[in-house]
Amino acid sequence: MLDAAEVTPAELPTQGWHEKDLLDTDTMTRDDIMLVMQSAEAMAEVRSRPQRKVATLRGRTIVTLFYEQSTRTRASFEVAGKSLGADVVNITASGSSVGKGESLIDTVRTLEAIGADALILRHHRSGAPYLAARHTSASVINGGDGTHAHPTQALLDLFTMRRHLGDVTGRKVVIVGDVLHSRVARSNLWTLVALGAHVVLCGPATLVPRTLAGGHFEQGSCEVTTDFDAAIAGADVVMALRMQKERQEHGLIPSLREYINGYQVTSQRLQRAAPGALVMHPGPMNEGIEIAPEVAHGLRSVVEEQVANGVAVRMAILYLLIAGRHG
Amino acid sequence: MSETLHLGPDEIGRMIRRLAHEIIENNRGAEGLVLAGMLARGFPIARRLAAEIAKFERIETPVGSLDIGLYRDDVSRRTAPISLRPSAMPDIDGATVVLVDDVLFTGRSVRAALDALLDFGRPARVRLAVLVDRGHRELPIRPDFVGKNIPTALVQSVDVRLLETDGEEGVYVSGEEAARA
Repeated sequence: MLDAAEVTPAELPTQGWHEKDLLDTDTMTRDDIMLVMQSAEAMAEVRSRPQRKVATLRGRTIVTLFYEQSTRTRASFEVAGKSLGADVVNITASGSSVGKGESLIDTVRTLEAIGADALILRHHRSGAPYLAARHTSASVINGGDGTHAHPTQALLDLFTMRRHLGDVTGRKVVIVGDVLHSRVARSNLWTLVALGAHVVLCGPATLVPRTLAGGHFEQGSCEVTTDFDAAIAGADVVMALRMQKERQEHGLIPSLREYINGYQVTSQRLQRAAPGALVMHPGPMNEGIEIAPEVAHGLRSVVEEQVANGVAVRMAILYLLIAGRHG
Repeated sequence: MSETLHLGPDEIGRMIRRLAHEIIENNRGAEGLVLAGMLARGFPIARRLAAEIAKFERIETPVGSLDIGLYRDDVSRRTAPISLRPSAMPDIDGATVVLVDDVLFTGRSVRAALDALLDFGRPARVRLAVLVDRGHRELPIRPDFVGKNIPTALVQSVDVRLLETDGEEGVYVSGEEAARA
């Protein structure tokens, strides 16, 4: 853990947080990312106290608006908001006027009218949080939109990596599975590349778009491969993505059996990774498909830590967006 | 804005030694003492105080660091600190805690520090030690141990620099011509 005593003012970020919203990690600079990391260290310390709650956001209202199912992201934001003293209101599409056909824009405006300072939006349509953000003065945080982005997941993944590996510059991170449909993979790519990690996107050719990383290919900071056994050699982090069964029905993989043979994270494959390599998964896991059960709960798995760190990272984001904004 | 050096490294050293003596005298020894340095510059001062106390009393005094960012009353007024740091506090239940900061001004930081401190436990008593008191309190807070009183005008600023945090040592006052104008 970062020792407070060792942080000198010179090492602290000099640029404050300026953005109203957190929609993706693709526009975040290295300084922005480090500001979140630094603030999250402070929040993790708060979470470790006997009294785990502060009153910083007392009188503020945070609304989680989820058009898609979620356990960990929604609960994580709720605990994060409450740990900062905010009031948290949870709205799901099934139990609200959304079910009566109220549009996203109307819903967002209604929530602003009842006093929401921040809105956490999860939506099955890529881009929905961008639309919402344009129609409200409340801060909008993307809690996952379609196959596009999941910035808070990427930031908590990075926080978890840094806690174990320190600086991720030059570290090899292999993201394996259905990259094509993964908002987690996309948002992780931006943060990791911004901090100088070497990212390998790996999966069946039908599930790994070669265009995803754009210019990062030329810089050599990102590569794409279909050969997992080669990719995992010397990896510092192996991140498995959730493999959805309907991909098979849509003909994107020949069979689950074949997928497992080629891409399951197994203890045998892990032997070729770097010593002390981390195994990560954004959850929920399909044990026995993208990850072997003994690996999912093995010594190198930090999956539960990812969930715990998610609260601290989301506290940091809520603090920065609601209270810590400058100018 | 011009800046004048008010106190140099030797004077800071002497002030810290005297403060350490006063703390020991007030506490009748160093038993049950905990020093809580407010980040960023109160913490290195607290460490130096602990080192002096160890010389005089041959006792290790626990030193903690307190970040007050989450407790400030100007949060969401866009003047909040840019980033937060983790606090690190030893056990303070039943202890005599000396809060340590570099400059005492409005008293608002000390108010925040008291709230932060009490989230870590229930000290028997809390004292306040500052290197410089520049006046202009806005809250009913007064220091128990003061390195130096430097009367200032509101428009002036007092800047403490320490080797640990700034790579140089000195107490600077700026804006004196503005104060005279």
